[in-house]
Amino acid sequence: MSNEENTVVGTAVTTFDCRQAFVEELIALARKDDRIVAVCNDSVGSSNLGAFKKEFPDRLINVGIAEQNMVGVAAGLANGGLLPFVCAASPFLTGRSLEQIKADVAYSNFPVALCGMSPGMAYGELGPTHHSIEDLAWIRAIGSLAAIVPADPAETRAVLRWFVGAESPAFIRVSRYKVPAVMPEDHAFELGRSVTLREGSDVTIMAIGTMVSRALDAAALLADQGISARVINTSSVKPLDADAVLRAARETGAIVTVEEAIIYGGLGGAVAELVVQHHPVPMRIMGVPDFAPTGSTTFLFKHFGLTAEGIAQQARSLLDTRKEK
Amino acid sequence: MQTTLVSDPSAPLCVDREGVERWRERRAGFTASDPSRQVTPLLQASSAIRRQVLHTIKAAGLGHIGGDFSVTDILVTLFEVVLRIDPAQPRWPDRDRFILSKGHCAAALYSTLAACGFFSPDRLAHFVADLSPLNGHPNRRKIPGVETNTGPLGHGLPVAVGCATAAQITRKDWRTFVVLGDGELQEGSNWEAAMCAAHRHLGSLTAVVDRNRLQQGASTADTNELEPLADKWRAFGWDVLTVDGHSHAELIQALSTPHPAQPRVVIANTIKGKGASFMENGVEWHHKVPSDAQFEIALKELAQ
Repeated sequence: MSNEENTVVGTAVTTFDCRQAFVEELIALARKDDRIVAVCNDSVGSSNLGAFKKEFPDRLINVGIAEQNMVGVAAGLANGGLLPFVCAASPFLTGRSLEQIKADVAYSNFPVALCGMSPGMAYGELGPTHHSIEDLAWIRAIGSLAAIVPADPAETRAVLRWFVGAESPAFIRVSRYKVPAVMPEDHAFELGRSVTLREGSDVTIMAIGTMVSRALDAAALLADQGISARVINTSSVKPLDADAVLRAARETGAIVTVEEAIIYGGLGGAVAELVVQHHPVPMRIMGVPDFAPTGSTTFLFKHFGLTAEGIAQQARSLLDTRKEK
Repeated sequence: MQTTLVSDPSAPLCVDREGVERWRERRAGFTASDPSRQVTPLLQASSAIRRQVLHTIKAAGLGHIGGDFSVTDILVTLFEVVLRIDPAQPRWPDRDRFILSKGHCAAALYSTLAACGFFSPDRLAHFVADLSPLNGHPNRRKIPGVETNTGPLGHGLPVAVGCATAAQITRKDWRTFVVLGDGELQEGSNWEAAMCAAHRHLGSLTAVVDRNRLQQGASTADTNELEPLADKWRAFGWDVLTVDGHSHAELIQALSTPHPAQPRVVIANTIKGKGASFMENGVEWHHKVPSDAQFEIALKELAQ
């Protein structure tokens, strides 16, 4: 499940579909914990659950194409003492069953892992009906429901291990678009805790999911131009690592956020809410401004400037604006 | 069952040991006696719940009294006779699960739970009070005996399907019961869940439809016709029983023994506002609060 891809810095790197790590870790956890079940909506293939189904046929509940029922069933399974991982394409999981997520899972506080597969613009050419750029804004608006966006396979595994002991629900975005490894293999995820992947003093780039490796590449480009950029993997979008955000504001004085999501109410909104109230600094919120046009995911990333060059350019422009003032 | 204010409305609810003991004695009596001798005490229990609902809603100044009165006999039958529960241990893992999908009838549910000792009936004076755990719709995080938070319609049946599936997967013998409003069946999520339950052969699942034929603004027939309702459920693969929803004897019979391989729905024909003559079948009593004079009339009728 890997391929070779040339990055902007010119070196070939191996990239991964996080769904593979997801199912491997889910199976490993299920072997040790009888409570773990998977719930899906005719998405055994798209959620990559084939191997789970083979090993645990009785612990895969495929409700068919019925997302409202899927999430309600998951809440009921949790009521019955099980630990459900709902695995469904993120646009339909979050959009179609938002009220079930709110009332049955979050407000009822059942430990259900809401695994949004192939989020963002992973289904590039299929268009905005199949894009899930709204999911972070929707989920962020629901009580204290956690929203987590792992950056690579190691972090995807770490989030699943964390969830088994969490005792409350979480929305977990599982990337389909292939990404390089950016986190240590033995990474231990902690809710509300970010990871600084590169130190820097001029500007901070806070990124999630598919954008983390691009933020690191952007920092390398900026270093060549004499700009020291800090890069923070902000995978815990909610709750946010307030200490790291405010430290970045104080120490670097400028923040760029980057996410494969609409620019309203996601990571950028979360960081801005915090910064503007406690330590205002200039910001740029990078993401998707509206329904996307037709195109592959790679094309759409370029189209919206969600590339190393695009991120570096926004960081430079932000610093230029600050100097002018 | 007259309520008196005994504590801070925001105080957490806790088990009423004496109430639990009284419930256990009643339960032992029902288990020992033949069904024909159960009817009188159940009628009395239902009247007591309706009187409590009347007091609770009158004092609070809001509530859904029509649906509370139509569902009362169903709740009393379940909690007094059918459900395998221990009100002293609301999260006992092997308990039967009960979900009130029509969560707006919270006053009837709370009154029934209090009568079982899940918490003291005194606390019903705090129904919808500021900071009270007794919210206008049930909240499992604050109310012992509530299995899942309901209020938006069409949510109870999918969660009940999940509960029954959990029992199936873990090979446990506890049962799942869910009470649905009839108007609520206009929500499509019910039919997603109905298909799923039949597909999984969830014999441990029983749904009861409180078929009072009225929804908030008009009759179900004039709003979005549900008939032929029994045929719809049969077509979805369910075992269907139709009963008089105010006959405890018929309800006991329909609820006591599950179908071995199919989920069961009990269509309980009821009267919205049952027990107060001026409320019965009146669409305006969906969420109207009785005047002082109406309160006295209803109290008198429910004393009979």
